[in-house]
Amino acid sequence: MDGKNKANEDSGRLSVARLLQEKGVSRRDFLAFCSAVTAAMALPATMAPKVAQALDKVQRPTLIWLNLQDCTADTEALLRAANPTVGELILDILSVDYHETIMAAAGHQAEAALEKAVQDYKGKYICIVEGSIPVKDGGIYGCIGGKSFHQLAKHVCGNAAATIAVGTCASYGGIAAAAPNPTGAVGVKKAVPGATVVNMPGCPCNAENITAVVVHYLTFGKLPAMDSRGRPLFAYGKRIHDNCERRAHFDAGQFVEMWGDDAHRKGYCLYKMGCKGPATFHNCPTQRFNEGTSWPVAAGHGCVGCAEPDFWDTSPLYRRLPNVPGFGIEQNADKIGAAFAAGVAGAFAIHGVANAVRGKSKPADKTSEGEG
Amino acid sequence: MARIVVDPITRIEGHLRIEAELAGGTIKDAWSSSTMYRGIEKILKGRDPRDAWYWTQRICGVCTTVHSIASIRAVENALKIQAPPNAELIRNLIICTQLVHDHTIHFYHLHALDWVDITSALQADPTRTASLAASISDWPKNSATYFREVQEKLKAFVGTGRLGPFANAYWGHPAYRLPPEANLMATAHYLEALEWQKEIIKIQAILGSKNPHPQTFLVGGMAIPIDPDSQNALNADKLMTIKRLLVKANQFVEKVYIPDLLAIASYYKDWAAIGGGVGNYLSFGEFPDPVSGKLWLPSGTVMNRDLSKLLPVDQQKITEQVDHAWYEYKQGGAGKGLHPFDGETEEKYTGPKPPYDYLDVNGKYTWVKAPRYEEVPMEVGPLAKLLVAYAAGHKETKAAVDMVLGHLGVGAGALFSTLGRTAARGIDTLLLSRQASVYLEQLIDNIGKGDYRIHNNEKWDPKSWPAEASGYGFHEASRGALGHWIKIKDQKILNYQTVVPTTWNASPRDTKGQRGPYEAALVGTPMAKTDQPLEILRTIHSFDPCLACAVHVADATGNELIRVRVS
Repeated sequence: MDGKNKANEDSGRLSVARLLQEKGVSRRDFLAFCSAVTAAMALPATMAPKVAQALDKVQRPTLIWLNLQDCTADTEALLRAANPTVGELILDILSVDYHETIMAAAGHQAEAALEKAVQDYKGKYICIVEGSIPVKDGGIYGCIGGKSFHQLAKHVCGNAAATIAVGTCASYGGIAAAAPNPTGAVGVKKAVPGATVVNMPGCPCNAENITAVVVHYLTFGKLPAMDSRGRPLFAYGKRIHDNCERRAHFDAGQFVEMWGDDAHRKGYCLYKMGCKGPATFHNCPTQRFNEGTSWPVAAGHGCVGCAEPDFWDTSPLYRRLPNVPGFGIEQNADKIGAAFAAGVAGAFAIHGVANAVRGKSKPADKTSEGEG
Repeated sequence: MARIVVDPITRIEGHLRIEAELAGGTIKDAWSSSTMYRGIEKILKGRDPRDAWYWTQRICGVCTTVHSIASIRAVENALKIQAPPNAELIRNLIICTQLVHDHTIHFYHLHALDWVDITSALQADPTRTASLAASISDWPKNSATYFREVQEKLKAFVGTGRLGPFANAYWGHPAYRLPPEANLMATAHYLEALEWQKEIIKIQAILGSKNPHPQTFLVGGMAIPIDPDSQNALNADKLMTIKRLLVKANQFVEKVYIPDLLAIASYYKDWAAIGGGVGNYLSFGEFPDPVSGKLWLPSGTVMNRDLSKLLPVDQQKITEQVDHAWYEYKQGGAGKGLHPFDGETEEKYTGPKPPYDYLDVNGKYTWVKAPRYEEVPMEVGPLAKLLVAYAAGHKETKAAVDMVLGHLGVGAGALFSTLGRTAARGIDTLLLSRQASVYLEQLIDNIGKGDYRIHNNEKWDPKSWPAEASGYGFHEASRGALGHWIKIKDQKILNYQTVVPTTWNASPRDTKGQRGPYEAALVGTPMAKTDQPLEILRTIHSFDPCLACAVHVADATGNELIRVRVS
């Protein structure tokens, strides 16, 4: 238990609710008491919660979720979270004071809820950002309530204890930032340089990883350790290839040559079909998706590298990875990523040539497995 | 007249703003604006057409399969590729589960709070709630103990004084009409549906690796191999899991969603006369037979609410105008609508500098273009789909619609309304939660005959393509008629255009000043409290807006290939 939680506990102990509880008054009686007080003050019954709030200082940590230049897939991913479930997250663990996709209020009432949360919990709330932030032309490519996404992000992320950038768009600009980046889209860290940000790329981000970061923060009072790209090591510390269930087939030189062929049906390695697992740092093979049901390689399609910055411009889906030097598992994201980006970009620039040799190259024998 | 602004419209996908003029407690005029733009189609130029499904999938993460489906159909149409029957059946299964999942989430998590007052549920008697529930459904969970538990949980939540996403809302608003027991029942099912949706969408994870954004679509087929003798392919075990999940999906729809919908609707019948809108309906139809290609649900248009006349769809009659959208046409000038193949668009923002209070609604005021069919605005979505099928005499649709109308004691005219839209989405869910099993059985039959084909490889290699090709792909998506148009040149995307359901529905005015469907539907809506936009939310939510989908841009004139940074 760190200082912060203890402080909460202390302030809770001083609350009327806690004092009543210590005197043997149950929670239900406390609420009945609040309702009675509300009625006594001739306020509508719906004011009872406000009364309870005034008397009860024990509060769940505040979460503000901003949907910016996004597709809402990370929100949808959150709805599929297994542990804790979104129901538990909303009702028991956090106070989700602003999340446009689920909140009941709209318009001015929604704006007021956002501002109240920012002011009441300044420097204490967690902000989650989904989507990139367009900064070109004064931020006109994204507005909420007449304010630009950039203005909102500076205000909300700037006053947060920590910001979790979920998905590749919020982390690095994502699809909107792909060439020619018509709107000047960037990730949170670039748009709000002073903010404390952890990047959770992925398209979308794996729900279990989002909740893991939230739970980590609530448990230890700080963000988890990150790599140089701001990604938490617990989820992005190893390559897909390191933990891939089809790795043995890669090592044995057993590859799928065409969709639906015998090797595809037997679950052989998808490297030749364009799998980016050897150059992508993420925990998909172990964490999997939808409560562990599956993940792309298990379902027969290669990894596309969606957790890597700039993957949109550097990795056409079915283009085979170029020879990546230093394939050793101790390679970190910085070294592999840089080599990968340079290699693929080069291959992409000579599109026609790459097509001509497609299917003839022998990638596996050049990968120097284990040498690095 | 008083001008009210609702921005953000919440419980939707994306960024929508409504400005409305009010007089005498009724909306006299309205303007629909999307305030976010990404330019994905512009970004698509010069890329591999086989990748387009993955890029366009990112147009939306809520209707997370629909653009992939339309995209592979467009590329297959352009290159004349026929996917094998198994792939078509798996696509049909994915479409069914997408719509059932999406619609149910819409009803409970995006739309219900417009009709259900959660705080009133605290006053409910759990025993009477159980009796109410038992009178409309034999769903086994609906016991007094269950409702009491939910109510206790809700009380504890409210007792913390932090209402989270339910704070600052419209609780106690006079337009809420359900008794406390119905509110408690719906609240319990709100929470139950959160758990249910997580479970049934695993069908897409089994077939397509994950959801949202399943990674499994291929031009020419699908990426999930089929082999009953492999543990790495779609085998009997996985098919049986899908079967079990489909039963679970269907039961919840039959025994919870539909009874709740009917119960709630019966208190709000006046909304069958509000929110009608433009009165023209377009549906592309859906579910091709894996061999003949014949659609199970027909395509067509219904004009001026006339169900006696079903007209065929001609894609050449579709154009888009930008008189009131932040784009400009370099050729043709104002007042001209362009067909998607010839669409020419460049973003040009002329709105106010943020932060701003009002938009200039007499000029350009949105990032959504104005699609028109024969120059008139069309509503798309489950209601349009249902009306087209109803007019075509589609047997299953007719039976389900008549059941709902009979239950509510209203005529077919009630369908042209806010309530009609919401009911249609439920009926659609019901039909598709049944139809999904038909496709699963066909798939099992086909595999049983020894057909394991999942992909047509003939034209996988871009070298086999003609120098130039063009095509389109249609899909009747969760939110309605979706079309993708593609032009391919030298194995790369020359132009890509999407005309999306929410582009139709959220459209601004056109060159003739005709309102878009949202705008038209809001006119005449009564508002009990002008500072609380509950009634606006009801009608707008009945369309199930998806704004990320609605905003797009393409440029037919450019040939520039993408630039790649070489580090």
